[in-house]
Order: sequence, then structure tokens, then C-alpha cells
Amino acid sequence: MIDHLPILQVIVPLLGAPLCLIVRSPRAVGLFALLTSTITFLVSCLLLQQVLLHGTIAYELGGWAAPWGIEYRIDYLNSYLLLLVSAMGAIVLVASQTSIDRELPRSRHMLFYTAYLLCLTGLLGILCTGDAFNVFVFLEISALSSYTLIALGNDRRALTASYQYLIMGTIGATFIIIGVGLMYMMTGTLNMYDLAQRLPEVHNSKTVLSAIGFFIVGVCLKLALFPLHLWLPNAYAFAPSIATAFLAATSTKVAVYVLIRFIFSVVGPEFANTVLPLQEIFVVLGISGIFATSISAIYQLNIKRLFAYSSVAQIGYMILALAIGTPLGLTATLLHLFNHALMKAALFLAIGAVVYRVGSSQLSHFAGLGRQMPWTMAALVAGGLSLIGVPLTVGFVSKWYLVLALLENGWWPLTVLVLFSSLLAVIYVWRIVEWVYFASPRIFIEEVKDPPLSQLVPIYVLVFANFYFGIDTSLTVGVSKRAAEALFGGIFL
Amino acid sequence: MNIIGLYNYWIVVVLMMIGFYVVIAHENLIKKLVGVSIFQTSVFFFYISMGKISGATPPILDDHYQLYSNPLPHVLILTAIVVGIATTALGLALVVRIQEAYGSIEEHEIQDQDTQDQMESRLEAYGFRKKHVLSVQNLDE
Amino acid sequence: MTAETLLLLTILVPLGAVIGIVALGHSPNLREAVSLTASLVLIYLTVSLYKITGAGAAVSWEGLHILPGLVLFFSIEPLGMLFSLIGSFLWLITTIYSIGYMRGHQEKNQTRFYICFAIAISSVMGISYAGNLFTLFIFYEILTLSTYPLVTHAGTEKAKLGGRVYLGILLTTSILFLLLAIIGTWYIAGTVDFHPGGIFDQSHTLAAAVLLPLYVFGIGKAAIMPFHRWLPAAMVAPTPVSALLHAVAVVKAGVFSVLKICTYIFGFDMLNRLPTTNFLLYLAGASVIIASLVAMKQDNLKARLAYSTVSQLSYITVGALLANSAGALGGAMHIGMHAFGKITLFFCAGAIMVATHKTEISDMRGLGRRMPVTMTAFFIGSLSIIGLPPCGGTWSKWYLMIGTIEADKLILMVVLMVSSLLNIAYLLPIPIKGFLYPDPDDKKGLRQVKEAPLPSLVALSLTSVGCIVLFIYPQPLYELGTYFLEAAGVHGR
Repeated sequence: MIDHLPILQVIVPLLGAPLCLIVRSPRAVGLFALLTSTITFLVSCLLLQQVLLHGTIAYELGGWAAPWGIEYRIDYLNSYLLLLVSAMGAIVLVASQTSIDRELPRSRHMLFYTAYLLCLTGLLGILCTGDAFNVFVFLEISALSSYTLIALGNDRRALTASYQYLIMGTIGATFIIIGVGLMYMMTGTLNMYDLAQRLPEVHNSKTVLSAIGFFIVGVCLKLALFPLHLWLPNAYAFAPSIATAFLAATSTKVAVYVLIRFIFSVVGPEFANTVLPLQEIFVVLGISGIFATSISAIYQLNIKRLFAYSSVAQIGYMILALAIGTPLGLTATLLHLFNHALMKAALFLAIGAVVYRVGSSQLSHFAGLGRQMPWTMAALVAGGLSLIGVPLTVGFVSKWYLVLALLENGWWPLTVLVLFSSLLAVIYVWRIVEWVYFASPRIFIEEVKDPPLSQLVPIYVLVFANFYFGIDTSLTVGVSKRAAEALFGGIFL
Repeated sequence: MNIIGLYNYWIVVVLMMIGFYVVIAHENLIKKLVGVSIFQTSVFFFYISMGKISGATPPILDDHYQLYSNPLPHVLILTAIVVGIATTALGLALVVRIQEAYGSIEEHEIQDQDTQDQMESRLEAYGFRKKHVLSVQNLDE
Repeated sequence: MTAETLLLLTILVPLGAVIGIVALGHSPNLREAVSLTASLVLIYLTVSLYKITGAGAAVSWEGLHILPGLVLFFSIEPLGMLFSLIGSFLWLITTIYSIGYMRGHQEKNQTRFYICFAIAISSVMGISYAGNLFTLFIFYEILTLSTYPLVTHAGTEKAKLGGRVYLGILLTTSILFLLLAIIGTWYIAGTVDFHPGGIFDQSHTLAAAVLLPLYVFGIGKAAIMPFHRWLPAAMVAPTPVSALLHAVAVVKAGVFSVLKICTYIFGFDMLNRLPTTNFLLYLAGASVIIASLVAMKQDNLKARLAYSTVSQLSYITVGALLANSAGALGGAMHIGMHAFGKITLFFCAGAIMVATHKTEISDMRGLGRRMPVTMTAFFIGSLSIIGLPPCGGTWSKWYLMIGTIEADKLILMVVLMVSSLLNIAYLLPIPIKGFLYPDPDDKKGLRQVKEAPLPSLVALSLTSVGCIVLFIYPQPLYELGTYFLEAAGVHGR
């Protein structure tokens, strides 16, 4: 059983998804999906434990030996992210049990949960696999199911948002297979470990260069790097709140993982930098993305959209840290990956609770909610503080490492810019605070109160995690550091 | 450079550009999907021609033949075709729903209506009530 | 109880009071009893710590490794002891005052008020015992955030705008400059612990020259111009808040940090070598004069006191930057002397507001006959601020002047003297108008004595008596000041 953990990680939600269609009953299907994702979460816990004990796990799918068959490789990096994604998947589903009633007709619940579990499958698959083409397949599984999730939104604009995402996402995915195909052409292998061995032999060819280019552009579309982020704000704004919380916490993170895996484990950071001015590109796009999207966030009238823009800005931080190109920088990226998932999940679930009670995520509908939904709003503020990077929250930990990594390279001006940009976060978070606590409540919404416990508990679990991992960083920093060092050792352990 | 000999790649590139152009230039949502499909198909061609070796046969072991084409890219592209079909199907389904919701599948008309929606919600923010609210109960029936 | 437990309790007792305040929020009398008890316990704790450390024992506590090498670390040294003693004594007095003020003024949300107040005090204790910059920064930010709801207590549009300025400036400076300086220090010196004689060595002179202005501007709470605007903006808060927090705790946390960083991070030798010290010294001198001039123009009593605070804070910054023993001693003593003087003045301003609803100085003619106790207290407080016998302010100004002579900076001595004259010009007219002018509304002299509620009156009498006591018996402050100099590795006088 323990030997088969890597595949169980993927197969459990994959089998769960069609079973949702059989269960049908809205109440039962929710619980069933929750059960499935909880099992997935337990599997990822075991997997992390195994990796910490025994090091990298290589699993041959169907018993086919590595370069020919598909291989799953679990090392520090992906076991850490598997834990994150499956934990988010489970926690968000606890909240969805009640929250979804308000946003989706009961007849569509099973569709929602099917798509949700498929999306989870896709994301976990991307993390597990060590095969380049398999990455594409899982990427598309998660992408197709997230288009569906988004299209289930209540507003008709959800449909156009989903369509937009579909077009952009498909182009991105096609770019990725072009890249993979070109690499296969030059090396004759799809296994990432094998690719890493064979690519150096053909480093000089233009084909490899274009393969890297195509792959990176494709992934950057998927991870919504500025200026390829245009699909994201609407998609997050109009999707059902639960879907937004899940996607914001996981999907772009996994795309960042793909980028890291590709640059560090397959191509090798030195080579990627010599053939392409990756560092310059990422620094420029990262920092301009942080500013452009943070400023856009300030002007949003819809809170979901506001935080969607903020998500793009946070991706800018991750990419910027990645561009530093030192183990410390990579540690900062990985830390922020984890920490940002915690913040955004907490924030979007809190917003989901407001949608549940008030029926809208317009900023103006938050007027005076500080009195009517004190617990939810306190969670929203706590998440916001974490986003700003107040000490004792996770946001501070990632900011600390990012700044430290920037200083280590002597990039003073960028350090100042990064710190300055967190003030933009203060502005957009405080806009919400002022609406929530200073505006008078809207008259025609009566009997607004905190959501049921099934939503409040997951929100507070996440808020607690935001503080816990801001104070006791041994797990996050420890694993991030080990993963970063392993990646820099050039070893795909 | 052997331009003629690499004709398969030229076809791929031309198809890809056509597809890409259609996606960007066309307003009609269906046409955009057609563009995406052409774009994807060009990649399928790319993979298929990559595995082909001139004068080789499909990899069916037989004493008469020594040279086999590489079957792996072909198998891979079967998967990719399935993904492509799923994408197109989902895209078309979305277009149908968009047509139902907006009464149009022309991008600018949809955008006009979206802008109007946005104006309404902005007005609502300043205290005006929305005219009709899409409720969950309606959808259920 | 061990000394370590006492130390932790000083931080935990106010936090524990929060729970009591929340639980008993429905019954105002019990709620206030909790606040009073907690402040009495806190005084007991700080006094016992004073005795223990006075006997020469070193007390410190190390916990929570937040990041590798970064520990939540508390360590008591004399300056922190001085600050925490003042903070805890004045918390008790302010609580007494608040009971009269908040009820007399019929303020809303009193439970929230007392909660935030207790959290603010807890973070003041954290700041005073912080053993490294990191711990200092954490509590510094908590203090900013916990006082925001107090500043905006009224919930009006004006309060919202005041809160924006308050939070905007304090967060901007702390994130943009202070955090950068701390991370820079960590990067350059490899430690952020407070260390007698400083942590930089000769080779760091250039970096230290850059870091010093970052620290001085980054500690926005020290209100050096041009980052002083938050202090007048914070005057929208209820008077007890202005009194304790914006005359004592918050601003003193600022200058305390400046003094501590100058002595324990830079060290006087380093400060004397740095090219930037002089610039900052003259900037602080300019703040002293300009703020006094602005204060003269203010007709609103609280605004005038706010600008006076800006000016007085720069005295302490000057003392710290003079980098000699007399200057530092004067600065340390001024923390205490100014605290007693200014809190008296603010208490009086609040008492006048509760009793007569007057806020403008021009309306206060003849007030001395209606509120003799208040006006007398105001007179004593003014004398202390000006630095005239028989009030405590005399001593601290005395040492500051000696410091300027020792440092051979006669211009600054002139600045201090001119500023004293300006103090006379803007403070004394108020009691003079109060006592010597007739009341314009009350031609026949019929109106009876009508003072503020008794608790408020008791509080302001106590602090004004304190001002006089500190003249006759300044030993505790003086001793702590000299211990501080010894602990910081400078020879006491």
C-alpha cells in the first residue's frame, strides 16, 4: 500500500469524480467529495512523511521501466506542494457544504463536485508526474475542469470569463506541447530525469532554444504572469466563491511549480539563463506586474476581482524571487507559494461567506458588515494583514526572505520597490476595512449574520494557519530550503 | 537549407499562424474556436510527421522490414487529440450558453452588454436597486 | 515566581485582561474593574522587575524561533525598565481617567476601546523589553495596528480620514524604511540583537551611514519632521487615547526605539563617526523649532498639544543623536518627564471638553473660575513641559543642554533655549486666560464650580502632583538613566 502512494494520490480523486455523478443527491455528493478529498489529503501526508524519511520516491506506473514508461517522482518539492494542494482541496470542501447552496442550483451540485475533483486530480497529477507529456495531460485535465467550474458561476459574465480562459489556456497548453515535442525531437525522451541528462548534449541547437521558449511562454500563460494575466481577474470574480477559493489557492501555484521544475530540474538554471535572458525578463515582468496589478486592485469595485488582481501581483513576487537565481531566492518563491495559498484561501472563503449571506461580493455590499458579521470580517482583516505582510503572519515570513534574497544579490533598488509595493496592498486592504467598519449598513439587507459553523471553521482553520506558520516556520522554511538546495544541486533526487 | 525537404514543418507553421490569426482577429466566438482547433491541429501534424521516417513502415514486427516509424509520437498525439476534442466540445457548450444568456455570440456585442452590467452594478453601489436578479430558484426549474 | 515568568507576565497580563473585558463587556462596572485590576497587577510586576534588575540580575527570555536565527527575545535593560515603569503607571491613571471621560462623554463601543487599549499596553511592554530589533519591530507594528481602532473610535468621516493618515504614515515609514533597515542590519552585521556599544564594526561605517537615516525616518512614531503628520491626525481619537497613547505610549515607543537603536545598535563611537549623524541632528533641531512655531498657530487645544509633542519628541531624538552620555541621559529622563507633563495637559484638555464641550483655546477665557483644579493642573503641566522649576522637566532639559555643550554643538543649545521660550509662548497663555480673564458668558460671576467627573479629576491631579514630585525626587529616573548609560557601555556621570 505504502509503495503505491504516488499513484493513489492521483487515482483517488480521479475515481471519486465519476462516482459523484452516481451519488447524485446534493447533500450526499458534497459529503462524498469531502471524504474523497480527505483521503487524498491523508495520502499526501503519508507521502510527505515517506519522503522526509527515505528521500525521493520513484514510482513506475504500471511497472514499465523509467525512460519508456511513465514515472512518478516525489521529492521534497512536490511532496510539500502535494500536501498544500490536497489540504486546500479538503478545507475548501468543508466550507462548500453550505456555501454552495446559495450559489448553485441543487441540480448542479454533482456537476460542480465532479469538476472539482477532476481539477484536484489534474493538479495533483501535475505535481506527481516525472513525465513531460504527462504534465501536459494533467494540465489540461485541471484546466478543462476549471473552465467548467468557472462557467458554473451565477453571473452570465462567468460564461464569457470561462470562454476567455479557455482560449488563452488552450493556447498556453498548445505552446507547452510544442515545447515538449521539440525537446522530444532532440532527445528522444519524455522522462524529465532523462531529459535533464540528455539536453546538455544538444544545448547548441536552435531547436532546444525554441523548445524552452515555447514551454516557458505556455507555462507563463497558465500561471498568469503579467502581462499574460488577462484571463484571471474575470475568471476569479465570477466563478462560484468556493471554486475561486480553491483555484486561487492552488491552480496558479501548481503552474509556478511546473515552471520551477522545468527550469531547475530539466533545463538547469545556468543554461536557461545563458540562452535566454530569463533573469532580466522575469525581473522586469515580475516587478512591473506587481505594480500594475496592485494599482488595478486598488480601483476594483468587486472584492473578488480586487483579490484576483492581488493574486496576479503575488505571482509577480514569486517570479521576481525566482529570477534572483539563488537558493535563497528560490526558498522565497517556495515559501510565498505556500503562504500565499493560505492567505488567499482564507480571504476567498471569507468572501464566500459574505456572498452566502449578502448575495454579492460588490465592495458596496460590505458596508457595515463589521457589525453584522464580526467573525467573518475579522478573518477578512486577518487575511488582509497577512497579505500586507504584518509580522507574525505568513506574509511577513515570505517578504523577509524575498528582501533578504534581493539584498544578498545587492539589488537595493528592487528591495525598495518591493517594500513600496506592499504599501499598495495596505491601500487596497484598507479600502475594504473602511467600507466594512465605517460605512453604515445597507438598509434592505436584514438579518445578515455570520455564516454557519461549517464555513466559519474552515475560515478560522486557515486564519490560524496564517498565524501559526508565521510564528513557527520550521516546517515551511525547512522544507522550502531543502527543496531549493536540492534543486540547485542540479539533482532531481 | 533544405526548404522543400522540410515541407512538413512549413505546413505546420503556416497552419499554426492561420489558427493563431483566426483566434485573434475574429469577433465570432465559434470562429475563434475554429481557429483554436486549427492551431492545435498544426501541432498534431508536427508530432505525427516527427515520428515518420521516410521509407519506414508502422512498427509491426516482420522479417521483411527493417525500418520502423517511431510510434510514440503518434500515441502521444492520440491523447492530445482527445484533449483537443474535449476542449472544443467544452468551448462549443460555452458558446451555446453564451448565446442563451446574451442572445449573441459576437464579441463586441457581448462586451457592450457586459459594460452595461458593470454600469448597473456601479449604480447599485450608489444605492440604486438592480432591476432583475438572477436567482438560484429560477435556474432550478 | 522567577524573573522570567514576571517578564512574560507583563506582556500577558494586559492580553489576559482582553479576555476578561470581552467576557464582561455587558457590565461596564465589572469590565472596568478588570482593566483596573490588570493595571494594578502590571504595576506590581514592573516594580518587582525593577527591584530584581536593580539588584543587578539580568533577566531575559528567549522563545519561538520564528526564522532561523531570528528569535522572539526579551531582555530587560534599564532604559526598557524605565519605559515599562512609566507605561504601567500611566496605564492605571489613564484607566481611572477613561472611566470618567468615556462615561461623561457617552462614548459608544467602550468594550472595543478597552480591548484595544489593553492590547496597545501589552505591545508597549513588548517594545520596552525587546531584546532584538526583530522583536521590537513585531510589537511596534502591533502597537500601530491596535491603536488604529482607537484613533478612529468615533467612526465618523473625520475619524476615517485621520485614521488613514495615521496608519498611512506609520505603516509606510515602518515597512519602507524600518523593515529595510532591519533586514539590512541583519544582512550586514549578521545579528539584530541589541548589544552594548553597538553591533557594527569599523568596516561597516558606510553601510551604517545609510542605515541610520533609515532607522530615524523608519521609526515614524518618533515623529521627526517631515513624518510627523500622523500625530496631529491622531487627535481625532478620544482624549484618553490621545493622552496615554499619543503623548506617552506610542510616541515614546518611537523615541525609545531611536534611543535604543542609537546606543545598542550603532554605539556612540560609531554615531560620532557617521557623516549622516549631523544632518539628522540638525533636522531634529529644525523639527523642535518648526513644530513649536506651528503649535503657536493652533487654536484647537489638542492640536496645539499635538504639535508641542512633535517638538518635545525631537528633543529626545536630539539627545540620542548627540551621542554622548549627558545627551543620552537627558533623552532618557525626558521620556519620563515629558510623559507626566504631557499626559497632564491632555487630561486637562479632555476634562475641559467633557465639562464644557469647549475645544478651542479662544473660548477658554475665564475657565479657571469654573474649573480651578483642572486649570491649576494645566499650569503645572505647562511648567514641566517648559522646563521650569518646580517641575520635573527641568532636569531632563538641563542634561540635554549639557549634552549639546559637550558635543560642542552650540546651535542646538540655542535651539533648545529658543524652543523653551516658544513653549512659554504657546502654553502659558491658556492658564493665564483661564484665570485672569473674565468669562464672557458669565458677566455676573454667578456660575458655580463645575469640574469634570471625579475619576478624571483624580487622574489629572495625580499626574500633576507627579510632575512636582519628579522635580523633588528625580532619583528613580536618574538612576535608571545612569544604569542605562553603563549598560550601553558609556560611562555614567
